[in-house]
Amino acid sequence: MSETPAAQACAGSWTQPWLAAPLKALQELNARHGWSLCAAELRAIQAHFTKIQREPTRAEVETIAQSWSEHCKHKTFTSPVALREGKSTRRYKNLLAETIMAATRKLKAPWCLSVFQDNAGVVAFGERWALAYKVETHNHPCAIEPYGGAETGVGGVIRDVLGVGLGAKPVLNTDVFCFCPPDYAGELPGNVLHPRRTLTCVVAGVRDYGNRMGIPTASGAIFFDEDYRFNPLVFVGTVGMMPADAVISAILPGDAVVAVGGRTGRDGLHGATFSSASLAKDADQAAVQIGHAIMEKRVLDALLKARGQRLYRALTDCGAGGFSSAVGEMAARVQGKGGARVDLANALLKTSDLEPWEIWLSEAQERMVLAVPPKNLKALGELMALEGVEVCALGEFTSTGRIDVRYKDERLVDMDLDFIHEGLPKSELAALWEPPKQDPCALPRADGARCAEILRWAVANLNVCSREWVIRQYDHEVQGGTVVKPLQGLHHDGPGDACVIWPLAVTEDPSDFRGFAVSHGINPALGRLDPYAMAMACVDEALANVACVGADISQAALLDNFCWGSPKDPRQLGALAKAAEGCRDAALGFETPFISGKDSLNNEYVEPKGRANPIPGTLLISAVAPIQDIRKAVTMDLKGPRNALYLIGRASGAIGGSLLAEFLELSGGALPEFDAKAARDAYRRLGLAANKGLVLSAHNLSEGGLAVAASEMGFSGDTGVEIDLDKLPKARDAAGEAVLLFAESPGRILVEVATACEKDFLKALRGILVSRIGMTLANPVLRVIGLDGRILLEEGLRDLKARWQKTLPEKLLVALPGQNRGRK
Amino acid sequence: MRSPKALILRTAGTNCDIETAVALKMVGAAPAIIHVNEIKSARVRLMDHDILVLPGGFTYGDDISAGKVLANELRAYQRELRGFIRSGRPVIGICNGFQVLVKTGLLPQTPSNDQTASLSFNDSNRFEARWVRLRINLQSQSLFIRGLPEIIELPVAHGEGKFVVKSPKVLEHLKKTRAILMQYVNEEGKFAPYPYNPNGSLFNIAAITNPEGNCLGIMPHPERFITRWHHPNWTRQTFLMDGVGLEIFRNAVTYVAS
Repeated sequence: MSETPAAQACAGSWTQPWLAAPLKALQELNARHGWSLCAAELRAIQAHFTKIQREPTRAEVETIAQSWSEHCKHKTFTSPVALREGKSTRRYKNLLAETIMAATRKLKAPWCLSVFQDNAGVVAFGERWALAYKVETHNHPCAIEPYGGAETGVGGVIRDVLGVGLGAKPVLNTDVFCFCPPDYAGELPGNVLHPRRTLTCVVAGVRDYGNRMGIPTASGAIFFDEDYRFNPLVFVGTVGMMPADAVISAILPGDAVVAVGGRTGRDGLHGATFSSASLAKDADQAAVQIGHAIMEKRVLDALLKARGQRLYRALTDCGAGGFSSAVGEMAARVQGKGGARVDLANALLKTSDLEPWEIWLSEAQERMVLAVPPKNLKALGELMALEGVEVCALGEFTSTGRIDVRYKDERLVDMDLDFIHEGLPKSELAALWEPPKQDPCALPRADGARCAEILRWAVANLNVCSREWVIRQYDHEVQGGTVVKPLQGLHHDGPGDACVIWPLAVTEDPSDFRGFAVSHGINPALGRLDPYAMAMACVDEALANVACVGADISQAALLDNFCWGSPKDPRQLGALAKAAEGCRDAALGFETPFISGKDSLNNEYVEPKGRANPIPGTLLISAVAPIQDIRKAVTMDLKGPRNALYLIGRASGAIGGSLLAEFLELSGGALPEFDAKAARDAYRRLGLAANKGLVLSAHNLSEGGLAVAASEMGFSGDTGVEIDLDKLPKARDAAGEAVLLFAESPGRILVEVATACEKDFLKALRGILVSRIGMTLANPVLRVIGLDGRILLEEGLRDLKARWQKTLPEKLLVALPGQNRGRK
Repeated sequence: MRSPKALILRTAGTNCDIETAVALKMVGAAPAIIHVNEIKSARVRLMDHDILVLPGGFTYGDDISAGKVLANELRAYQRELRGFIRSGRPVIGICNGFQVLVKTGLLPQTPSNDQTASLSFNDSNRFEARWVRLRINLQSQSLFIRGLPEIIELPVAHGEGKFVVKSPKVLEHLKKTRAILMQYVNEEGKFAPYPYNPNGSLFNIAAITNPEGNCLGIMPHPERFITRWHHPNWTRQTFLMDGVGLEIFRNAVTYVAS
């Protein structure tokens, strides 16, 4: 085709010729419009339009920029990567496909119903139901406008789950944050918000959106490190539930393209491309959208009703890229060659002065796009009207293989779907991994007083202390199914490993006791030393956590979220590739597939003079696992005196990346070896033992190791603990008492067993390394017997609890209106 | 015996409707979740039902103040609502539903229908979810508390739950008519400040009723404690009584059935 009307019609706002332009001119355009396209991509667009002999329209270039953005396409993760490690080089044609996805393919888990293709990963939940889980990041918006960024992050991930298959009903929200400590006193550039403000506003955003949507927020984590001061990380997740026959959707040519929900406005232009770049000094606030939870709640209620009546054939959410990516993605799924024809004049607008290309690109929130058989349009309209939701039919899906967008007579986009979805040029990226130098640090020897000092410091550490201030602000019990709550124990304030949801509000059947557990693993401190070990440890932590509440990890599924600095830096990309390899090997070792994932790159702050401050490479692993009978679930609080304490796993002398290393100010340090297969067997057996009612309480050993885990179990149940360090199975190198108490070797769980059940418990765990290391006491103290048989330390648990509870409120400088219950 | 028909009234932002329906079903009612627009269009008639429930949530986002917009919408149906209550049929407003009942002037019950109390922002100035202990006024006429012990546990989850009154007379009247149904207490059953009184309510008030006892407004969520596994300490077996919330719904259904 030759001259397009659109090229002329848009002449007012678009005069730049592409075909003959030198690269430099294109790069200027790219910078001015914030497309985040690289030179090769600009050239590919130029070549494509040279081939079809016409100038691109602005809407076309914008469409391509959105579709090819890191946010939508994950182009780094799916690129060929050459990873150099020492003298050898490993080559990946597609990093993601050959690591994380390859593990899932190899495991062939029959309960995985939809992986890595739809808006969320989907696993079977019994015969009749399926669970969809998605975790997203919303880092860039939260850095600029934390409240709005967090709200729309939650809104977006809810819509992802609502937009999977024929739509799932959200039953759980999760939130994980990485922030700079809230009492940070260092210098910050003028446009960077103080971490206290970021934290309180992000919590408020997650709270207000999640609570208003009526979805319990019951699982999460916060990690503090000063290297997040420029780029805070906000991960938001949603688990949804749907009937098993609603997992797969199909679009037919002739189906109407229908937008429902909020109106289209100027809010959130260029969100996808903005979030794919690094944060510059003059980041644009208009790129952050505005959330309106009640609009989304209307859409949710209405869509679930429409799903029940099968009024539409498929749907997706309008997230990054707005209509351009929603319609574009759906057009590619239409049976046959695919395609869509859309007239934007049909869209309902917030303001009448939007340019047509802005309608196409706007990321206004609370919108969904549906494929509706024309005969159902009337019924759908009536149903939506009852719920107060607006509907507009934009056009129809076709089988032309093209995406054809007009505004009345004006043609905005007329492109091959193939070019949009497959035209992205790929080049091999260089990655380099050099392990940091191992300082041969002498393992610390510490006497009882010193160990007690470390313990008091550790429980009050920002990365250990109580998150109650945050958790209480979330409605974690709406929908009436949170049977293991995030805060556990006698006074409802202990740190639970995982939550358990009994989805009564979906099944509406109180005689069906099937539930599921959700938890997370995150450990950027370890990642600084070895991203591969970090990935292993994160998978281990997430699975150990769900095992602790009695879930069945043999049917668990994992999600990955990578937040990294610039992939253009070979060292950063090398660390990323190592972490991806770690995910693959952990998945294979645990025989647990990944079902969905997401990456957010370029999380770095570039100073005016050009120096880049990247975040530490951060991997969040989220796990979801079924629990056959929620009545057999386990909490982490000690249940009473004179019960036996068993430890699963073995401590090694390696303390790299641990709290102990931080206390001793050791920057390097060796990392523990980890046997995923042994941990897998142990966790599976623990789940079985819990199902037989043999486990009174169980708690995963994470930050602070055995000493902190035992303290937490003790003060949550107001029950004392006696541990004999001599009974601990030791690796050859783990001699010192401080190391035995505080090492953070993965694969370990502390379990409380009634003495009457010990025999059966040991039978259930036959073949697993499990040691009886102590007893529970009536007196609420933590008593540790040293290797010499004498009492090494004895600390009051109520005092430890008070320290553990006061850190976060104190650092937030929040005046508490009263005392907490546990502190009489 | 026919199942009592329960109308669960919802609108944009209602979010405890399904679990409330589950609870009602468990005690033998036939719940119908009805959008307020269906009442407006007269597709559904309130008077065809035996029980009315205003469930929890954030109706219309709690814009202006919690429950205010729905309350204003319902003012148009006040005559019907008062008729429903006067006929002796059970009415229960939970959390947001309580806020709506107060802001329509239905509770505390007055001859003039004026709003004489409110549920204001928590003293902690933020939304909080926690389990509380409640002392039931066993002298009350309320039909919802039969068979319940004096002290029960239920969860609260709200940002605007501080019960306040327009004048001291209102509180006096509530006391005189035994309309104060539940009050926040500590482990010893005594009045205590935050966090036992989670929002700073006047006189630790958590739930009130009309003098006749068939209209209940309650901040805590009975529909979130309908089996023992809902209790935070079910793994310790230390709850006072399991499924207390379910008994509240059961009393409503039994009352209608008799």
